[in-house]
Amino acid sequence: MSCVQTLQDYALRSIGIGERLLPRSDFTLCQQFTLIGSGLIWNIYFAVFALALGFFLSTGVALARTAPSPFLRKPAEWFVFVFRGSPLFIQFFLFYEALTLLPKAGIELNLIFVEINMATRWLTRAWAGALIVLFLNTSAYGGEIFYGALRSVPKGDLEAADAYGFSGWKKFRKITWPTMLRLAWPAYTNEAIFLFHATTLVYFSSFPAWQQKGDALYYASYFADKTFNPFIPYPILAFYFMMLTLAIIAGFGLINRRLNRHLPQSSRKGLRPRMMLVR
Amino acid sequence: MFEYCANPDTLEGVRWVSCYLTTAKHMMFYESFLVVIGLMLITVPCAMAFGFGGALAARSHVAPLRWIGKGYAAMVRGVPDIAFFLFVPLALDQGLEWMRHKVKCPDWDQPIRQGNDFVVCAQAKLPLGSAPQWQHETYGIILAVAAFAFVFGAFAAHVLSGAMNAVPKAQLETAEAYGMSRGQITRRILIPQMWVYALPGLSNLWMVLIKATPLLFLLGVQDIVYWARELGGSKTSAYAYPHPDWRLYYFLALLVFYLGLTKVSEIGLSRLNRRLSRGQATMAGEEQRKATA
Repeated sequence: MSCVQTLQDYALRSIGIGERLLPRSDFTLCQQFTLIGSGLIWNIYFAVFALALGFFLSTGVALARTAPSPFLRKPAEWFVFVFRGSPLFIQFFLFYEALTLLPKAGIELNLIFVEINMATRWLTRAWAGALIVLFLNTSAYGGEIFYGALRSVPKGDLEAADAYGFSGWKKFRKITWPTMLRLAWPAYTNEAIFLFHATTLVYFSSFPAWQQKGDALYYASYFADKTFNPFIPYPILAFYFMMLTLAIIAGFGLINRRLNRHLPQSSRKGLRPRMMLVR
Repeated sequence: MFEYCANPDTLEGVRWVSCYLTTAKHMMFYESFLVVIGLMLITVPCAMAFGFGGALAARSHVAPLRWIGKGYAAMVRGVPDIAFFLFVPLALDQGLEWMRHKVKCPDWDQPIRQGNDFVVCAQAKLPLGSAPQWQHETYGIILAVAAFAFVFGAFAAHVLSGAMNAVPKAQLETAEAYGMSRGQITRRILIPQMWVYALPGLSNLWMVLIKATPLLFLLGVQDIVYWARELGGSKTSAYAYPHPDWRLYYFLALLVFYLGLTKVSEIGLSRLNRRLSRGQATMAGEEQRKATA
């Protein structure tokens, strides 16, 4: 079987397009590259959506943590404590068990005018259930990062905003928020990388890989189990993840440049890919 | 455990719960908490050893050694840690068996990899096929600890090399002026002074390590996740204590355990940090001085 044929059969296997059966024997290098790469679709899916949605909740959590009212502050503090203080792996298990306990038939929502039958089956599938967990998890970590940045927004910036007559939403939108993002960005880049790596946990916790549609690590461990040779699939996986980690650093670096564009050239700092241990 | 537990079918209410929570399997569940904490405490010195090796290699004057030191940290950073947890035990196991195979069975003429099998001679197996069960389990745990030490060693190497770079250059130059050799400078000046700079990173690392321990489950260790799944699954009336699916509650208990562990660590580490910054010429040390003055 030629490599082009393999690509046609397995390039989209992880989302159910192409050959149904996974290769069982005589694995070629091309098959391993193709299938592991195909699994990467799920890693990217989880990372992109969890980050994109989590970004907003992170901002919300950070703002709630600085709120003077304890009714806003306390829940935010507990949210961050629970999700940062416990392992993501346990969170996956917990949510999966909780979601499977939901009634199979769906929940009858009795709104005043209409009755809605909300199906709950899809929540136990990885694409939704695991995404919810990752979204909440990254929101807690992101919230902590943004909270730290929010507290170190320079006093002078805020006073200048007051002097110019900015207040409320406009002050937040134009002054506080951009500065917060600028300060938080290196740490947030790190969080994005760790989140991307954490997506490999999904199919190793309780979420089942339905019809063998799994992520990159799922396929890598499939090959390692079948061939009993870890020295080919895992380096392929490592190669893919190295490339994508570099891509994340590059992408976030561009945003970092935009966030810092008003600063004089000399005081602009590039986003150095530093290893910070925030998770 | 209690005398009245002899016949579980007749029990009710509190007595049932007290008997249920003290069955032999639950005792193993409680033991596994200690196993997890014990494994963490074993992993820390191993990871620190890897970290020191990596950090010193990254500072080395020999270029290949320096590349290895830097490459090690960069590689672990770029790849998900769970991939290493799956890869290292398998790779280590096969590597060791292959080496033993080369030494013990030199006249073996078949290839090691036959199709989808990894075949070594019977004497080279690790542990030997005839070994008792506990040796197999211990071997599995050693491989798991090695995987953890490898990954966290890379993180520690990064933290330690950062801390080594933070030690003021003048200190090292003075030592050099006194005629100390490179080894002496490292042992007498560099390492004693770097701890203050390394502490924030290392305490963060400890937190990350705590949160990575449930992954032991993936390595086949019978840890708390294993027992929570085992005990929580629904039990039919064939069992002594039938109950529906309680895994949610067991995982809630694990969640509380981990929250407690991280909270206690956080308090302990902040105490240690205060203690270490006492009398230091840093912002934290200065604040302490002002507070007492």
